[in-house]
Amino acid sequence: MLWFFPTIVFITFLVYIALRFGFSPENAYRRVNPHATKAKVQQFLDVNGLYPGFWGFIRGYFHWLWQFVQGPSNWPRSIKGRAEVWTPLRYSIFNTLRLAGIAAVLGIVIGLSLGIQAARKPGAAFDTMVNSGAFFLGAVPPFVSGVALQLVFAVQLGWLPVGGVYPPGHEGFNLVLMIKYLILPVAVVAIQTISGYSRYMRASLLDVSSSDYLRTARAKGLSESAVLMRHGVRNALIPVVTLIAIDIGSLLGGLIITENIFKYPGMGVFFLNAVNDGDFPKLLPYMVIVVASVLIFNLIADLLYAYLDPRIRLD
Amino acid sequence: MTSTIDPPTPKSAETLLASVDAQEGLDVKTLSPSQMAWRRYWHHKGAAVSTVIMAFLLAFVLLARWTARYDINAQVLSIEQGRNQFLSPRPIAWFGTDDIGRDMYSRLIYGIRTSLFIGVASAILSVVIGTAAGALAGLRGGKFDDIMMRVTDVFLAFPFLVAVIIIREFLGGLKFLTPIVGDKSSVRFIIVLFAIFGWMGVARLVRGQVLSLKEREFIEAARAVGASNTRIVIQHLLPNSIGPILVSLTISVIGAIIGESTLSFFGFGPQPGHGTSLGLLIEGSGQAALQGNWWLVVFPCGALVLLAICISFIGDGLRDALDPKLDTGK
Repeated sequence: MLWFFPTIVFITFLVYIALRFGFSPENAYRRVNPHATKAKVQQFLDVNGLYPGFWGFIRGYFHWLWQFVQGPSNWPRSIKGRAEVWTPLRYSIFNTLRLAGIAAVLGIVIGLSLGIQAARKPGAAFDTMVNSGAFFLGAVPPFVSGVALQLVFAVQLGWLPVGGVYPPGHEGFNLVLMIKYLILPVAVVAIQTISGYSRYMRASLLDVSSSDYLRTARAKGLSESAVLMRHGVRNALIPVVTLIAIDIGSLLGGLIITENIFKYPGMGVFFLNAVNDGDFPKLLPYMVIVVASVLIFNLIADLLYAYLDPRIRLD
Repeated sequence: MTSTIDPPTPKSAETLLASVDAQEGLDVKTLSPSQMAWRRYWHHKGAAVSTVIMAFLLAFVLLARWTARYDINAQVLSIEQGRNQFLSPRPIAWFGTDDIGRDMYSRLIYGIRTSLFIGVASAILSVVIGTAAGALAGLRGGKFDDIMMRVTDVFLAFPFLVAVIIIREFLGGLKFLTPIVGDKSSVRFIIVLFAIFGWMGVARLVRGQVLSLKEREFIEAARAVGASNTRIVIQHLLPNSIGPILVSLTISVIGAIIGESTLSFFGFGPQPGHGTSLGLLIEGSGQAALQGNWWLVVFPCGALVLLAICISFIGDGLRDALDPKLDTGK
């Protein structure tokens, strides 16, 4: 727990250095605003704390950190269009949470139940089907399945919209429309999740199936389903749950590929746009959110592991 | 295998078994471990089929000069002979043509060649670096091990694309590295980039192997006769971890090929001077899908998926072949 804040400061510092070298904010500013006067450029450098030299990096980082912790109204504005950063960022977070949340819940529930069912009778027809299905679908990269689904269901058949959140010009909230626009992207993400977790759950359950405590449970005369659910699955879930926690941590970074194909304005698209503009003031808050989410969920995974499996002790 | 013969002289296990078999009137051919591994590999149906497919594909790709019907940037028809853009598959262009009238079939061959090169080169680099780092961490332990595991933990938990794109810009921004790693859009740069990400998974795996092996008796025996650490690693630890290392090599190959395609999909991929890559061919597919030019989507994406499945199967087969514990006796 204690190391959490130093770690996040350290990692964001590394990210800060990488971004300053990689995107050279001053050049990006000149490229995006070719008519900017010298004074304007200088103002941009001052506001963002882009001091030159080795010590400039350290000073600049703390300059930025101080602004950052003071809240979104103090964050420097974006390079492109001098827009506020927080408003579009918040919008992207909610969009990504909606897409990723639905896909993750669907994918995890379906994937885990398929894996459990498959592991009940290893080698049976159902097991072979799930296992090979997951193998083949898992080998298909998301941009291939995304483009394929788009080609079939949106372009050729015309059943579903090609992309976006709402039709152009739509205002307000409409659940039916929103679901219609979410089906394809959710399907792409869910396919990946299902194929991963069904294989993982199956392997984990098969792993515990030869353990002594399952034999004891059977010897006690428990029914097969009680043995499986109460003793087998509960133990097999321990590594799976921690994996889920780690995976969720990286979700907030955005489902870059899926969002990009379906023009879904989430964190991934936010990131790609910022990268393409070299938009330093937009990239840093994004990276802080990603780093924090990864670290928090890693911590949660550690704690969960220790909580679920009392044999493991945290120091 | 209890035998009733009293062993006057120590015999090797094989001759002992053979003599037992001979006594019992059995004619059993014994197989060496490598022969057994070979047999297990070919009994894995997926791996066997994939190996054949990959062999064909490799031959096709290596002999591109003869197998490709057109030159890499040649148009199937000159503009005076009629429209050459976006032709659907037909005798003059088996897989159709792209936006400037180039033959998809020939470009696919050249593209797969570049992608396979990227995959294999970065996988070998990752495995070499990862094996060295993992063996060192596992054997040494202590601070070095702690720090390396922490760093790889955080890296592997990070969203892959975000990390790759940031590191790509960072490496590209360090001007003094350009002579070594090449320009941001060169094939060499991509190979280095994927090696930077690829070694960590391999290192964790090798470290785990080393940790579990180094307490075993045969390592202790080697240490007792005075073998140095280097000798133990090279003579004992690595040969005993060859299975997982080879499997991770196949995983790295496919990871790099898909990674290259993903980066290209977003326009961050390599731009080989006159060439093309699977990723570059796929890059256009998003747009092509919307316009209904299905052949520009189906063929490159199909090739990528075929490669991914074949290489995964080969990895699966290798895992089964090199781990005698998984021998099902078939």
